[in-house]
Amino acid sequence: MSTRIGVITFPGTLDDVDAARAVRAVEVEAVPLWHGDADLRGVDAVVVPGGFSYGDYLRAGAIASYAPVMGLVVEAARGGMPVLGICNGFQVLCEAGLLPGALIRNAGLHFVCRDEWLRVDNTDTAWTARYAPGAEILIPVKHMDGCYVADAETVAELEGEGRVVFRYTDNPNGSVADIAGVCDAGGRVVGLMPHPEHAIEALTGPSDDGLGMFLSVLDQLVRA
Amino acid sequence: MPKPEILDPQGQAVAKALPRLGFSGVAEVRQGKRFELEVDDSVDDATLARIAEGLLANPVIEEWTVRRVAE
Repeated sequence: MSTRIGVITFPGTLDDVDAARAVRAVEVEAVPLWHGDADLRGVDAVVVPGGFSYGDYLRAGAIASYAPVMGLVVEAARGGMPVLGICNGFQVLCEAGLLPGALIRNAGLHFVCRDEWLRVDNTDTAWTARYAPGAEILIPVKHMDGCYVADAETVAELEGEGRVVFRYTDNPNGSVADIAGVCDAGGRVVGLMPHPEHAIEALTGPSDDGLGMFLSVLDQLVRA
Repeated sequence: MPKPEILDPQGQAVAKALPRLGFSGVAEVRQGKRFELEVDDSVDDATLARIAEGLLANPVIEEWTVRRVAE
């Protein structure tokens, strides 16, 4: 059976179309999932894309984390299904408890929209195995609430276990330890604020460096 | 309210605006949220605590208190 990756759309999601396009760019079927869906339609992995789910009312990603489809994603992720949360999707995964920490207002209080160099610090995850350890990749960021915070104990745990997956080389938002993305203990669930789905080809993005995440998970799923 | 160790850039921006408006002597500003819930008598304090902890606040970054006010 061919590989299928689900892309969730909440009311207020913006980047589901680009995320689905990135999935198709690695020749995988992109399956649209709606926030109210009661089943995951047999997908092998899920991308939670960026935007402003439910208007980001209450806190960024908070209400989306209680959407019916997210209950299924949390359950499937605990069973080992790869999940990638991008930007608002990262916020949703933190709110849902799949990833530690939280994202708060950027330290500079401005919306930041620019291309950022990231260093790939963990290439043992389901979404980063295609990168060379320490590779620097150029990926756009565009967010208001991208400042990653966690208590000192959690940050020490993340650092100790190598669970900081991506780090900014020029921190745009005040994130603790320049953290741009983290993973769960199993390395199957990854969340990051920058947008790999906007960096899949020179025509529409600053690089094709984002493709590596989608190719990495494809490798995982084909091998499985 | 954001926990004391959590950076509060919004509160800091407010704190910086005060002297410009001529208000001196304010050492620090922290910005938080308040929710007003109208509940009937069947909603006990434990339930309110679960609502606060589970949805209204993110305990990773925020502290919360519940205050019951009679109408």
